[in-house]
Amino acid sequence: MSADVELQNISINFGDFYAAKDVSVMIKKGEFFSFLGPSGCGKTTILRTISGFLEPSQGQVLIGGENMAGIGPNKRPTSLIFQNLALFPLMSVADNISFSLEVRGHSKADRRARAEELLGLVALEGQGDKKVHELSGGQRQRVAIARALAIEPEVLLLDEPLSALDLKLRQKMRSELRAIQKRVGITFIYITHDQGEALTMSDRIAVMNEGRIEQVDSCQAVYEQPKTPFVASFVGENNPFYGEVTACNNSRVEVLCDGNKFVADISGRYHQESKKLTIGQKIILFVRPESISIKNSKTKTQNSFSARLDSIEFEGHLQNLFLTTGPGMKVRLNVPNAEEISHLTAGQTMDLTFSAQKAVVLPEGNLAVD
Amino acid sequence: MQNFFAKNGPIISTYFLIAIGFWIIFLIVIPQLYMLDLSFRPNLPPLLRGGEEDVYTLTHYKHFLFGSETSKDAYNFVDLNVFFKTLATAVVITVLSLCFCYPIAFYIAKVAEHKTARLLIVSLIVPFWINELLRAFALRILFAGEGVINNALINAGLMDNAINFIGQDVALFTGLTYAYLLLMMFPLYNALESLDTNQLEAAKDLGSSTLRTHWRVVIPHAKAGIASGSTMVFMLTAGALATPVVLSSPNTFWFTQLIYQWFNMNDNWSRGAAYSVLLLLVSVVFVLLMMKLFRVKVGEIVK
Repeated sequence: MSADVELQNISINFGDFYAAKDVSVMIKKGEFFSFLGPSGCGKTTILRTISGFLEPSQGQVLIGGENMAGIGPNKRPTSLIFQNLALFPLMSVADNISFSLEVRGHSKADRRARAEELLGLVALEGQGDKKVHELSGGQRQRVAIARALAIEPEVLLLDEPLSALDLKLRQKMRSELRAIQKRVGITFIYITHDQGEALTMSDRIAVMNEGRIEQVDSCQAVYEQPKTPFVASFVGENNPFYGEVTACNNSRVEVLCDGNKFVADISGRYHQESKKLTIGQKIILFVRPESISIKNSKTKTQNSFSARLDSIEFEGHLQNLFLTTGPGMKVRLNVPNAEEISHLTAGQTMDLTFSAQKAVVLPEGNLAVD
Repeated sequence: MQNFFAKNGPIISTYFLIAIGFWIIFLIVIPQLYMLDLSFRPNLPPLLRGGEEDVYTLTHYKHFLFGSETSKDAYNFVDLNVFFKTLATAVVITVLSLCFCYPIAFYIAKVAEHKTARLLIVSLIVPFWINELLRAFALRILFAGEGVINNALINAGLMDNAINFIGQDVALFTGLTYAYLLLMMFPLYNALESLDTNQLEAAKDLGSSTLRTHWRVVIPHAKAGIASGSTMVFMLTAGALATPVVLSSPNTFWFTQLIYQWFNMNDNWSRGAAYSVLLLLVSVVFVLLMMKLFRVKVGEIVK
C-alpha cells in the first residue's frame, strides 16, 4: 500500500521565527520525493510535521486523502528513518526490525519470520542475532530501513540517513535506496542538503529556502530550468552575470551584463519567469560551468566574452578553470579531463563562449550562500 | 607506573599516589581490618587485653545467632528479627526511592526545557544543604501525633482522631526515602540524560506506547544508573542511624541502633564490631546477588 501525501499551506512558527511558511505540495503515491535545501531551510521541520512529531501552526497534512491533524506519530501510516538511525543498541538486529510488530502483539515466530524476510530485502540474511554495534555503517543503514518497513508503512520518511557514511558507501546506498523503493513501491520522502543525493534518487525535488518551497520539479527541470536565482545557484554550480534586459520576446531575451551583450533562447522553457521579463528589468543570467567553453576560430555563437585565467584546479574527471572578467566577475568553467589544456597559463586572457540555449535569465534575487 | 608519572608529571603523580594510598590504607583497610580483628576477640577490660584470655573466638557471632547462654530460645530471635527487618525495610525504601525518582529524573533529563530542568535540579539539591538530623526532626514535627499534618487534617474536619504516623512507621519510610533521594536521583538522571532522544521518537514512530518504550528502550539503557543508585540507597539506608533514631516507632529498632548500643551503651566494642561486620557482609552479598539477578556488572555501575 502506498499513499499520496499532500501538504496544504503548512506554516510552522516558533514565536516570531517561521520554520516553514505556506508550504503546499502534492507528493504522489509511490513517488521518490526529496526536499532539498541548505541547513535551517525548514526541511526537517516539514518531515517532522509529516511524521506527526510536530503539529503545524497552520495548514494541514493529508496522507492518502485523510487529514492527519491530531493523529500522533505512532498512529500514522508513516515510518521515519532518523539521521542517526536511532537503532536500539541493546536489542538484537532482529528485535530492532520486529519492534513495531512486538508493539502490535505479534507472536514471536511471526516476528522472527518477518524479520528474516526484511533482512532478505536489505541483503542481510542471517544477521538477525547480531547486536547493532557488530554491524558496519552501511549494514546499520539497511537495518534502519528494514525496521522502518516492518509495519508496511504507506510512506517512508528519510531524514538525511546517508550523511554519516563515507563517500563511496553513500554512493552505493543511493542506488540501493532507489532499488528498495522500486521493490516495495511505497512513497519515499527524502530530506537532504546534498544535491547529489537528491538528483540521483528522486523522481521529483522540492528546493527549499528559508521555510519556503522555491521550486518543485523533476531533477532535470530543477537543474536545467531553475525558477529562482536561489535554485539556480544552490543546485549544482552556476555562474551568475548581473545585468538588465535590452530586448525580449517569447523566444529570446537579450541582456547587457557589464558591457557584454548576451542572448538567451527561452523558447523551450515552461516556467513563466523568463517570459514575463520587461525591457530595463534587472536580471541575473546563469550559465553552468560545463556549458561555457573556450572559444576557438571555428566556434560561431552570439554569446562570447573574455576573461583572465586565475588558476586551474584538478578534480579527477574534470578540471576547474577559475577566471575573472574585465569588470571583476568571477567565472568558473569545467573542462573534461580528456581535453588538452596544458598550454593554458595563469594570467592569460581567454575568449569564452556559451550557447543561447544553455543560458537561463531570471529576475534578480538572492543567491544561495556557499 | 612510569607511564603514569610521564603523563601526569612528578608533582601530580606523587600527590595522587599519596592521597589515594592514604585514603585506601588508613581510612578503609586498616580500620576495617581492626574491626574484623576486634570482632573475633572477647570483650575484656583494658588490663586483660593482650593477655592469656585474649584469644580468637566466635562468641559474638554465636551471640547474634543463638543469643546469650542464659536465654531459653534456640535462636537470638530479637536480634535476627531486627537484622532482617532492617534489610527488608532497606529493600522497600530502595524500591520506593526508585519509583519516586525515575519519573522525575526522566522528566528532567528528557522532557523539561533546559531552564526548567536546571530549576528542578537546584530545588532538589537545596533542601540537602540542611543537615540530615534536622531534616529528620522536621519530618517528626510534621508527622507527630499533634504535628502539622494531623492538626491540619483534623482542623479541616477530614478526620476526628490523629493518625499515628510514627507508630505506623510512615514517618520512618518517608524520612529514609527522603534522606538518600539524591543518591538515586543523580545516577538515574545521568543514565537517562545520555539516552539519545531519537530513540524515544523512533520507538514512538514504530507505534510503541509510552509504557512499552520505557520498558524496552529507556529502562534497559538506564539499567546501570538504576543499579548504581539502588546500591547506594540500599547500603546507606541499611546503615542509617540518625533518621531511624529520630523517626522510628518505639517498637521498630534499626540494626544500626543495635550496633550503636553495643559500642556505646554496653561498652562491648567486640560485639559491636561483629554486628557491623555482619551488616556489611550481608549487605554486600545481597547487592551482588541482586546485580547478578538483574545482569549488571560492577564495571557498569561506575560508568
